Amino acid sequence: MAQIQCTDLSFTYDGVTVAEGINFTLKKGDYLCIVGENGSGKSTLVRGLLGLKAPAAGTITFGDGLFARGIGYLPQQTHLQKDFPASVREVVLSGCIGRFGNGLFYTKKEKQLAAYHMEKMGISDLAGRCYRELSGGQQQRVRLARALCATGELLLLDEPTAGLDPIVSRELYAMIEHLNKTEGITVVMVSHDTGAPFYAASHVLHLKHSQLFFGTREDYLASEAGKSFLGGLSDV
Amino acid sequence: MFNAIFDMLSYPFMQRALAVGILVSLCAALLGVSLVLRRYSMIGDGLSHVGFGALAIAAVANLAPLKVAIPVVVIAAFFLLRLSEDSRLKGDSAIAVISTSALAFGVLILSVGGGVNTDVYNYMFGSIYAMSEDDVVLSLSLSFIVLVLFILFYNRIFSVTFDETFARAGGIRVNAYTMLTAVLTAITIVLGMRMMGAMLISALIIFPALTAMRVFKTFRAVTIAAALIAIVSFAVGITLSYLFDAPGGATVVLVNLGAMLLFSCIGAIGKRK
Repeated sequence: MAQIQCTDLSFTYDGVTVAEGINFTLKKGDYLCIVGENGSGKSTLVRGLLGLKAPAAGTITFGDGLFARGIGYLPQQTHLQKDFPASVREVVLSGCIGRFGNGLFYTKKEKQLAAYHMEKMGISDLAGRCYRELSGGQQQRVRLARALCATGELLLLDEPTAGLDPIVSRELYAMIEHLNKTEGITVVMVSHDTGAPFYAASHVLHLKHSQLFFGTREDYLASEAGKSFLGGLSDV
Repeated sequence: MFNAIFDMLSYPFMQRALAVGILVSLCAALLGVSLVLRRYSMIGDGLSHVGFGALAIAAVANLAPLKVAIPVVVIAAFFLLRLSEDSRLKGDSAIAVISTSALAFGVLILSVGGGVNTDVYNYMFGSIYAMSEDDVVLSLSLSFIVLVLFILFYNRIFSVTFDETFARAGGIRVNAYTMLTAVLTAITIVLGMRMMGAMLISALIIFPALTAMRVFKTFRAVTIAAALIAIVSFAVGITLSYLFDAPGGATVVLVNLGAMLLFSCIGAIGKRK
């Protein structure tokens, strides 16, 4: 059974179509890499999947235990967060906010969940530390732990390595791949990086206002779209 | 000196000024933490200038000041937030346009309506004699509402303040929370501005949060510290102004500045260790 099925999806802003003809299906445990140039509609599709932007046409269907609120979203870092006074524990715990419903305070179960994911991301010893004093890589692990608190099913990552150095980026990709392989968490990643995420991805979606390609990574590397986008990198 | 303080506390107008001031400072500080962190600090300044315009109209038309000012400032809060969210307009310049226009409008109305210069001075820089019984009751109810809402929605406020997009994805109605913050801020400002002055009231929103952030590193600690700093600074400021016969609003702002400098030093020393 498909976890996400997008059928003939299109999005418009003020009557201008920014993305159209999007058709793809993801099963549990898939790893989808969304590629395309700036302004090709990637971020709009992400907003659509999260239920923050209604499609102008077409449908998004969730299945296999997934629903829009149960997506673990890792948005890009905002400039506000760079000097925000918050402890690591406070940030990770806020990942449970989507589980609230009408509740007001975090339950013991949610606090345990936060502790569990901090442990998994190797940041338990940072729990009391101030978020703004951490390195870029540590901050990203904190935000990943927060996203995990929101989901057991699907991680949606928007350029997770923006602003990180290559070594830290590689560690983060390895962590994401580990979550995908060992816990069967579906991964949807928007990325400019033509290196590491490509080796882990099972599927590729290439957008340029309309959908240029959707399929497995192997097929993408052999396709026209893949060859032109990756240039000479595909045989590295 | 203690005699002088007991003396001060025996005057009903000082009791009212202290009660309203402490409660308004508390509300302003709590709302201020979220506003400052979301880069909305200037909204407080804009709203107070709009409040000045509204008070001027009320004075000339001989209406009850709060009944005119509260609705006008609440409406202005809606507008200012819309302007800040609209990326086509630069938020800070839009606020400057609205606030200076409202200020100019207020000054003109007051001068045409009778040229009462003391009124202009009092509205701009505040007067501790301005608080009535009604104001005390109103500030009590307002601060009760702000406190209860703040505690109940604390986790959501954190989530919205730290990461709007993530909060939205989690199903939090971010715009509703922003509006609620703006409305409560508008009421807080109107209540406090006749005492603190239109030019000075936004200090109560901005200073305590910034001061607390110099030293404290978790959201909870910053929030609690900001509330305490605001209360202490106001009490100290108003007492000093009484003892030295200095203008109340200005003294309170300078005490807040002193607290910020003190906390900056403590923060700097803490970092070096």
